[in-house]
Amino acid sequence: MLRNGPDTFGWVTILLHWTIAILIAGLLVLGYIMTRPDIDPMLQFDLFQWHKSFGFTALGLCIIRVLWWLASRHPVAVAGLSVREKWASFAVHILILCLTLAVPFTGWALASTSTLDIPSFYFNLVVIPHLPLDKSTVAETLWTTAHAILAYGLAALVLLHAAAALHHHFIRHDAVLVRMLRSRRS
Amino acid sequence: MSAHSMVITAALMTLAGLVAHPALSQAKAPTLDDAAGRYDIDGSSQINFKVGQVGGGGISGKFTKFSGTFQLDRGDIEKSVVEFALFPETVQTGEPRIENFLRSTAVFDTASYPKIVFRSTKITRTGEDTAQIEGNLTAKGTTRTEHFDATLTKWNRRVIGFHIQGGVYRTRYDMSVGIPIYSNIVEFDMMVNGQKH
Ligand code: HEM
Ligand code: HEM
Repeated sequence: MLRNGPDTFGWVTILLHWTIAILIAGLLVLGYIMTRPDIDPMLQFDLFQWHKSFGFTALGLCIIRVLWWLASRHPVAVAGLSVREKWASFAVHILILCLTLAVPFTGWALASTSTLDIPSFYFNLVVIPHLPLDKSTVAETLWTTAHAILAYGLAALVLLHAAAALHHHFIRHDAVLVRMLRSRRS
Repeated sequence: MSAHSMVITAALMTLAGLVAHPALSQAKAPTLDDAAGRYDIDGSSQINFKVGQVGGGGISGKFTKFSGTFQLDRGDIEKSVVEFALFPETVQTGEPRIENFLRSTAVFDTASYPKIVFRSTKITRTGEDTAQIEGNLTAKGTTRTEHFDATLTKWNRRVIGFHIQGGVYRTRYDMSVGIPIYSNIVEFDMMVNGQKH
């Protein structure tokens, strides 16, 4: 099953979910490590470039996933969830979807406004142009702050989200996690 | 022939040890033999460099503290010697974060290697007022042979000036950070002026 069913996730949703989850988890850790003040400057330069390339990959996949999400039917919630739980999970999913776009966009904006003017050379293959924003220290600081706050906000939501999934699986023994792991014929 | 090019030609002919041309005597050649001698590179010199970046543009900058000498041999420019030292700590690019990065261990490592030194080993005349300078460049603990092209731009009794250009591969000096976003080649474009000692 490629597409979502009435109460199942299709492989496209599942594959996108886990690819993006791994990418974003990696980007959060990488983003944190590479901005430590005592890091070796050469390593820092290289890590920043990796972060940008993987960040753009995440942005591309997240755009596809949001479009896919908008075009897909949404499986009904697993039986046994209260109305409040359904709304809470729906709200968190929407918020996470928005942040997975906002975080890489603010990253792109900060790279674009930086007075360092370092090109984004996607995996040393193609130059991704800067966004048409004026370069200034003020703009760079603003976008950097926004990127950090939104990224760590996303990290907090993902932790909550993952904790909820694990809670369903190990404590409540329902199908919430399992149906995001493999697609079933419905 | 303009008066200016006359002087340059005259200077080079002397530098190159050519026998006096008939035109020279008419040029009321000032004491041309004075070209030989030792010149101290002075602060009016411009030590500019550029490193290109993918998609165009790049990092341009200069070094503001340096020293050196030209020792021009009487009679044979090919026996002349150029010595030059610069202090990478004084790099200027207009963006302090880039300057600090260049000073860091990623590039110059100025704390451990405060000086970059060049000493010519061979000078070859390539034209009327041009020469190629070959020599040893020592940076970040590595010494390699490099070539620069020099053009005489001014000369009088007390001052001599050259426009010196050349590209240096930075990978040779353990400064390979940022390749291929930033070019491996550092292009030097220098106006080097010496005052007679
Ligand atoms: C960066 C990491 C993550 C992001 C951005 C993310 C994002 C999302 C989004 C947007 C949805 C809604 C999908 C839809 O309705 O089509 C979702 C669903 C889900 N996620 Fe994640 N997720 C992440 C990590 C995780 C982790 C680590 C787990 C498990 C430990 C997990 C388990 C689930 C489950 C079980 C669902 C299905 C919920 C349901 O049945 O409605 N996610 N995730
Ligand atoms: C979903 C994708 C992304 C995530 C989760 C992410 C996450 C992070 C995190 C956690 C930090 C460290 C913030 C701090 O502690 O100050 C960071 C910094 C940074 N990110 Fe991202 N990022 C993403 C995408 C991007 C993209 C697409 C770009 C640029 C094209 C980018 C460029 C940067 C830069 C340049 C920094 C360093 C900012 C600084 O302190 O100077 N990021 N990112």
